Amino acid sequence: MGRKLDPTKKEKRGPGRKARKQKGAETELARFLPAVSDENSKRLSSRARKRAAKRRLGSAEVPKTNKSPEAKPLPGKLPKGIFAGAVQTAGKKGPQSLFNAAQGKKRPAPSSDEEEEEEDSEEDDVVNQGDLWGSEDDADMVDDYGADSNSEDEEEGEELLPIERAARKQKVREAAAGVQWSEEETEDEEEEVTPESGPSKEEEADGGLQINVDEEPFVLPPAGEMEQDILAPDLQRVHKRIQDIVGILRDFGAQREEGRSRSEYLNRLKKDLATYYSYGDFLLGKLMDLFPLSELVEFLEANEVPRPVTLRTNTLKTRRRDLAQALINRGVNLDPLGKWSKTGLVVYDSSVPIGATPEYLAGHYMLQGASSMLPVMALAPQEHERILDMCCAPGGKTSYMAQLMKNTGVILANDANAERLKSVVGNLHRLGVTNTVISHYDGRQFPKVVGGFDRVLLDAPCSGTGVISKDPAVKTNKDEKDILRCAHLQKELLLSAIDSVNATSKTGGYLVYCTCSIMVEENEWVVDYALKKRNVRLVPTGLDFGQEGFTRFRERRFHPSLRSARRFYPHTHNMDGFFIAKFKKFSNSIPQSETGNSETATPKNVDLPQVIPKSENSSQPAKKAKGAAKTKQQLQKQQRPKKASFQKPNGTSKGADSELSTVPSVRKTQASSRCQDSSQPAGKAEGIRESKVTGKLKQRSPKLQSSKKVAFLKQNAPPKGTDTETLSVLSPSKTQATLKPKDHHHPLGRAKGVEKQQLPEQPFKKAAFQKQNDTPKGPQPPTVSPISSSRPPPAKRKKSQSRGNGQLLLS
Amino acid sequence: MRPLTEEETRVMFEKIAKYIGENLQLLVDRPDGTYCFRLHNDRVYYVSEKIMKLAANISGNKLVSLGTCFGKFTKTHKFRLHVTALDYLAPYAKYKVWIKPGAEQSFLYGNHVLKSGLGRITENTSQYQGVVVYSMADIPLGFGVAAKSTQDCRKVDPMAIVVFHQADVGEYVRHEETLT
Repeated sequence: MGRKLDPTKKEKRGPGRKARKQKGAETELARFLPAVSDENSKRLSSRARKRAAKRRLGSAEVPKTNKSPEAKPLPGKLPKGIFAGAVQTAGKKGPQSLFNAAQGKKRPAPSSDEEEEEEDSEEDDVVNQGDLWGSEDDADMVDDYGADSNSEDEEEGEELLPIERAARKQKVREAAAGVQWSEEETEDEEEEVTPESGPSKEEEADGGLQINVDEEPFVLPPAGEMEQDILAPDLQRVHKRIQDIVGILRDFGAQREEGRSRSEYLNRLKKDLATYYSYGDFLLGKLMDLFPLSELVEFLEANEVPRPVTLRTNTLKTRRRDLAQALINRGVNLDPLGKWSKTGLVVYDSSVPIGATPEYLAGHYMLQGASSMLPVMALAPQEHERILDMCCAPGGKTSYMAQLMKNTGVILANDANAERLKSVVGNLHRLGVTNTVISHYDGRQFPKVVGGFDRVLLDAPCSGTGVISKDPAVKTNKDEKDILRCAHLQKELLLSAIDSVNATSKTGGYLVYCTCSIMVEENEWVVDYALKKRNVRLVPTGLDFGQEGFTRFRERRFHPSLRSARRFYPHTHNMDGFFIAKFKKFSNSIPQSETGNSETATPKNVDLPQVIPKSENSSQPAKKAKGAAKTKQQLQKQQRPKKASFQKPNGTSKGADSELSTVPSVRKTQASSRCQDSSQPAGKAEGIRESKVTGKLKQRSPKLQSSKKVAFLKQNAPPKGTDTETLSVLSPSKTQATLKPKDHHHPLGRAKGVEKQQLPEQPFKKAAFQKQNDTPKGPQPPTVSPISSSRPPPAKRKKSQSRGNGQLLLS
Repeated sequence: MRPLTEEETRVMFEKIAKYIGENLQLLVDRPDGTYCFRLHNDRVYYVSEKIMKLAANISGNKLVSLGTCFGKFTKTHKFRLHVTALDYLAPYAKYKVWIKPGAEQSFLYGNHVLKSGLGRITENTSQYQGVVVYSMADIPLGFGVAAKSTQDCRKVDPMAIVVFHQADVGEYVRHEETLT
């Protein structure tokens, strides 16, 4: 019984000194809600104030307060001028209600300093007025505190402590003088704001939703004032301003300040964010483009905090269950990582250094970020495959692949940085990986060194904007040229990686490109570039969570299949920022890029169905290209027979296919061969070619999309020989090239067996390639014209060249 | 990268046999494929032939490691076994030593094993016999040389050294650079 009474906590009541002791900042300050500085606020004498209060009381619609006697003491003490406007505005409650009483009411933290108007339309607070009124007489003796006004809701109906009244008086005085509260001044660097804020505040007060945050509409300081912060940034102020601006921009129409444009607000916000979170301007601008404002702040906040420590069980040596048990015995607090991972564990805290336990040294687990496990899961290496890891340091992904493959097959782990390779060696040995060869090449030297891999993983070096929490220096030391340099390197690496994949691999043909960056220039742009330049297409990664990649971003437009790429952010997924894209290579040939013809291709796309007739029509734009292509073709044709038997180590071993295997110099040949194939038409061995072509095409049909087949079949109808067929294969997507060559080749009429074989494949691939790209560009296709006149001897070619329209579209 | 010469092979096999004895044969004749030893930059690598073929395409100065590194030949052509070979020594070890949990840390820092830290030891271990060191949970921690035979271990005082440290898994963290 007696325990409940705690004499130390007994509250003092009464008129004495002890009763007037402060009750704590919250309660005290709450009383100093910014006086409603309405337009009418002016300096009143004490009698005038009393009279005003009386008037208000009389006119108040809903005297919420329970006690009528409240009215009496109030008029005498209230700074009526202050609240006159407010009361009228609020219209509901008596003056008392406007005040926050300390009586056991918890006020919201002073989130917004500027609440000057009471907008407590909703709340009815029962006010226990006894004490307050009792001490009213002392109001004048109470100090005036700087007001930190909170939502007025709580004021309503609460009793006035003497200090409140004094504060109110002060507010009135200050408002009358046109000087805002010191608190509010922190928000606006200018005093001119005061008059403007008045009306706008009232507007807000009338808003249906009580927004405690915005007591006063945030006024954008003019440009000149922006510099003040640089000299002495007050982080509290800046933070508050950030929140204000975000709030305003969210509902710009209603909350904007007249005469200020959106871009001014945005500029201010950008500067504030840069100050508060210590970012460079460039990076912050990029982030503002990338994220909507609400997400932006979350993202920036997430970058201040490190991600949880995660580790991956090494299934070559132990099981997750056993490892978890062993670590728990050592005093580590951990949990499985999530549904999506069978080997991951997240460490909450640990009494021992997690990177030095005997289990770690024995190679039972590896410390690895959660997002770093995803690319390997996406790549899904199978046993007995040949894998290339182009940028492997420090070896986490390589070892994961090895454990998925159960130490079978071969992994070639490569990195360009010799220092970091040491950690690769150490990690791989520690984890017991035996199927790996470690090399020290620049990634761009593949596939010359060795190619023909079943799968390739490219974790490209990037700007690191997704792992800012690990390396805060990225915030300031990255700028435009860094990003572009990274993007350039990534493009080169990606092309090399694509060339190192063997498209005809039985179990593979896949490539995963990933970066730990969130910039579009390093991610979608690079992927899109590769789609245009190589015979690859994007496939689903197999990861069922994560944000989809962008198909468009500002002024750029990417291939729609980029939706299958995945983006991960620190603030949404609680893992490092990451981007993952999975490619499937469907042809080993390297499309010949047309430098000049890309624009001209558009008309050609249309003509596909009728290869021969159209080729003439469409050839015109391609004339130039054809000319160039022709020369190439000529050379190539001469070289072709030699190349017929060329086989890249890639492993394309099929007879005809092998010839098409990607060869660096094959580009031209391919282009030419393509042209030639289609152009072969005329009477030579058409029948043979047809069969060959059809055979080839049929071989490919499984690879090709069905539409192509249809096109192919359709085209078989026309009387043209194999050429049409070959061309038709291409036609579905971009026929430009194919069409043209056909025409061209007709006169040539010579068909070499080998070349024939090769050509149908190439146009075939091209078509597939083009189709996938789906860019509106015209004749992107490498060597569009299968009808390259490379086959026939130069003499003939010249003829064709002079054909005019029927020129080959040689790129 | 080149195969080992006779002399080198002999020296190396002698060293390895100290720990695993005649089980060495199992390293060479494996049921799941042929494995071989190759020398590269004075280091001996144990690798399957399939992997070796891929590594043959890589030029010598760019090749960093292949398969598992067993150890290196010193300048005076002696063979030094590295901790990276532990994965192959542990399963075939003939003489084993288990150390108590309290002594694990000390051993992982590179200290010798004292009698006080000794948990178990294989019977009839002779003096200066190569042994593999385990924790009580049967996790291989490294290898060394027995300083005392099993009989002597029982008699000696707690502060005496019973196993000379030669390599331990702590070196993955302490001596990362020397692994390659």
